[in-house]
Amino acid sequence: MGEQLRFRDLTLGYDRHPAVHHLNGVVEAGALMAVVGPNGAGKSTLFKGVVGVIKPLAGRIERIGIRPQDIAYLPQAAEIDRSFPISVYDMVAMGLWHKKGLFGGIGRGDHDSIEAAIAAVGLTGFEQRPIGTLSGGQMQRMLFARLLLQDARVIVLDEPFNAIDARTAADLLALVRRWHAERRTVLAAMHDLELVKANFPQALLLAREPVAWGPTPEVLTAENWTKARRMCEAFDEQAQACAVEAA
Amino acid sequence: MWYDTLIAPFAEFEFMRRALVGAVTLAFGAAPVGVFLMLRRMSLIGDAMAHAILPGAAVGFLLFGLSLAAMAGGGLVAGIIIAVGAGLIARATELKEDASLAAFFLISLALGVTIVSMKGSNIDLLHFLFGSVLAVDDPALLLIVGFVSVSLVALAVIWRPLVLECVDPGFLRSVSRAGGPVHVAFLALVVLNLVGGFQALGTLLAVGIMMLPAVTARFWARDITAMIAVAVGSAAFSGFAGLLISYHANMPSGPAIILVAGGLYLVSVVLGPAGGLLWRVLPGRHLEA
Repeated sequence: MGEQLRFRDLTLGYDRHPAVHHLNGVVEAGALMAVVGPNGAGKSTLFKGVVGVIKPLAGRIERIGIRPQDIAYLPQAAEIDRSFPISVYDMVAMGLWHKKGLFGGIGRGDHDSIEAAIAAVGLTGFEQRPIGTLSGGQMQRMLFARLLLQDARVIVLDEPFNAIDARTAADLLALVRRWHAERRTVLAAMHDLELVKANFPQALLLAREPVAWGPTPEVLTAENWTKARRMCEAFDEQAQACAVEAA
Repeated sequence: MWYDTLIAPFAEFEFMRRALVGAVTLAFGAAPVGVFLMLRRMSLIGDAMAHAILPGAAVGFLLFGLSLAAMAGGGLVAGIIIAVGAGLIARATELKEDASLAAFFLISLALGVTIVSMKGSNIDLLHFLFGSVLAVDDPALLLIVGFVSVSLVALAVIWRPLVLECVDPGFLRSVSRAGGPVHVAFLALVVLNLVGGFQALGTLLAVGIMMLPAVTARFWARDITAMIAVAVGSAAFSGFAGLLISYHANMPSGPAIILVAGGLYLVSVVLGPAGGLLWRVLPGRHLEA
């Protein structure tokens, strides 16, 4: 299938403090990979780097055969203004931006796709509701419907199942499995290890520095977790410049 | 009797007709912009920009007298400078935005009043601050209509990214680079409408026809298109009723228009179906499901 994302000695961070430190590795096209680690381990930072929101402090992220528009991103805390008077339907329809751009109209076929996406996440009947009236789980479902319409080859989900009920999580995981069957690459930052073991064949355990990367059962061992927990959460204000040279 | 009260002033007097056309046109341009300002929590920026136009227009007045082109041009330049400045401040230092804007518009207001007083009389000053909608002549009307037309077309063009930038700027950033330019274009539209309204309503009140109808609409609609429709309707009605009241009661017209807009707002706070106070006090029986 081939490589899709390659991290070369990647360091990402803020204000010169690394949040992801010297990461090397490859994500294959069509992979279904969970990124796990303690709080502050760099999961969100890594995803922001993959999506292009932040630039590396050192090293590189190589995107092979995909453009930025081919990546769909669900951030951890979306900066969505819930008080804005927009309906669920219109919000989901924004997923068609890649096809429609600034001015393209929404035709009959598009309407059907939008309805299908809304149905796929179990929100039929919610089309005209203002987004401010949705619960957390319903909001997450709506954002997944938008992701569906984006039809992206790479989907990056940052802690998508935080604070939502088990049934919603199960429904949305079914969508993730469907994406995997459609040979899309899916990366998800996860805290629930049971979900990871049950649904994700690959995992990356990150604790600022990569601890383990590979098939999930090999990564999620007690030994690896002990190593990960030794990572210090706070940035070191007294730190010197990093002496590790690039390979 | 209704004819005498409601129609006759406009039928008989050309200046009243021009004022009405000017006020209603402004309603169409300013109200939609005001709705977006309110939704983006930029009402204060709108106010600051209105005050900022004053020194620009005052400089035009100082150099060229009561020339519409000079004052409008000066106002536009000052407005754009403030718009860019406010935009930069908002992006760079979120916490200090309130304070620096307050400083901005106090300085602009004082500067503008000073400049006008250097050359003009108190009457001129009053016109600058509160407008003279009844003095709208053909060139001024053309200016207003021209600005509003440009504003409406521009708003239609940037509509989709503007809505998305308000509700989910992160998503817009991930699919398009239009976010930054759209933000600036929107600020330019605010300036355009404020300069358009400046002659009719003056610098202190021009933002009133932008913001009051918008906050009124909040109590009547839960969807942005409906909100804009209500805002435009209430702004146009304010123009119409305000002019009539000022005619019959012999009051200054600009403030009368804004008072009507304010009255509509107060009524909506109490009676508006979307969150009005009355419906909170008398909730009625809840539904089955």
